[in-house]
Amino acid sequence: MKISEFKDILSGKVVCGAHLLDHDIELAFASDLMSDVLTITEDNVLLITGLANIQAIRTAEMSNIHCVILVRNKNASCEMVRLAEESDIVIIETPYTLFRTSGLLFNAGLSPIY
Amino acid sequence: MMEFSFEINGGDFSNAGMISSLVKKTLKQLNIDGMIIRRTVVALYEAEVNIVAHAYSGVVNVNIFPDKIKIKLTDKGTGIADIDLAMQQGYSTASPAVREMGFGAGMGLPNIKNNTDELNLESTVGVGTMLEFTNFFEPK
Repeated sequence: MKISEFKDILSGKVVCGAHLLDHDIELAFASDLMSDVLTITEDNVLLITGLANIQAIRTAEMSNIHCVILVRNKNASCEMVRLAEESDIVIIETPYTLFRTSGLLFNAGLSPIY
Repeated sequence: MMEFSFEINGGDFSNAGMISSLVKKTLKQLNIDGMIIRRTVVALYEAEVNIVAHAYSGVVNVNIFPDKIKIKLTDKGTGIADIDLAMQQGYSTASPAVREMGFGAGMGLPNIKNNTDELNLESTVGVGTMLEFTNFFEPK
């Protein structure tokens, strides 16, 4: 699925990385615990999180994650946007909860890792 | 051989991961296998977060050899009273501030162990901790 499709499903706003919206992603992981995200060994994973701070983007960088969805109207800070741009990471903000976001993307065909 | 040295300040969450980011870029330029890069930077990032979360200050020495990368992190801090316990998944002494940053669930040291080929951890309570790990570029 292309990142642009998630954005539409989630009524999301792309904060940065608009040039990467054609990128395809098959797997998703939802967590606010970054150590848990760091256990992922698969590439090309979408991260859904309510953790809106710089460590969410650092974690994505270390885990080769190229798209981070911030749920429940959490906003990306300037620091997060700067790092995401440097690391080719798309940030999308959605008004939906972690549960609803995960459910919608699961229904749309994204697969869980475990 | 390449050698770098960096300093970390305790409590500096904004910069936690900056060294991992530099090491990742360097290993990519050296065309190291992607999975080995990921293992190395995940271990280093968790170790950086540990210093920011638990120590007053720290020094990170990175040595890249033709066949391996060796990273040593030495901090001044509270130290670890029981290393075996600290290595157990789920055991944590992290503050609420650390948990707010998305860490502090007792997964850091187990994650470091899972992502390194050789690991050495020594600590003195009230003095500090030394964590040293090596990852080989080719399977041993």
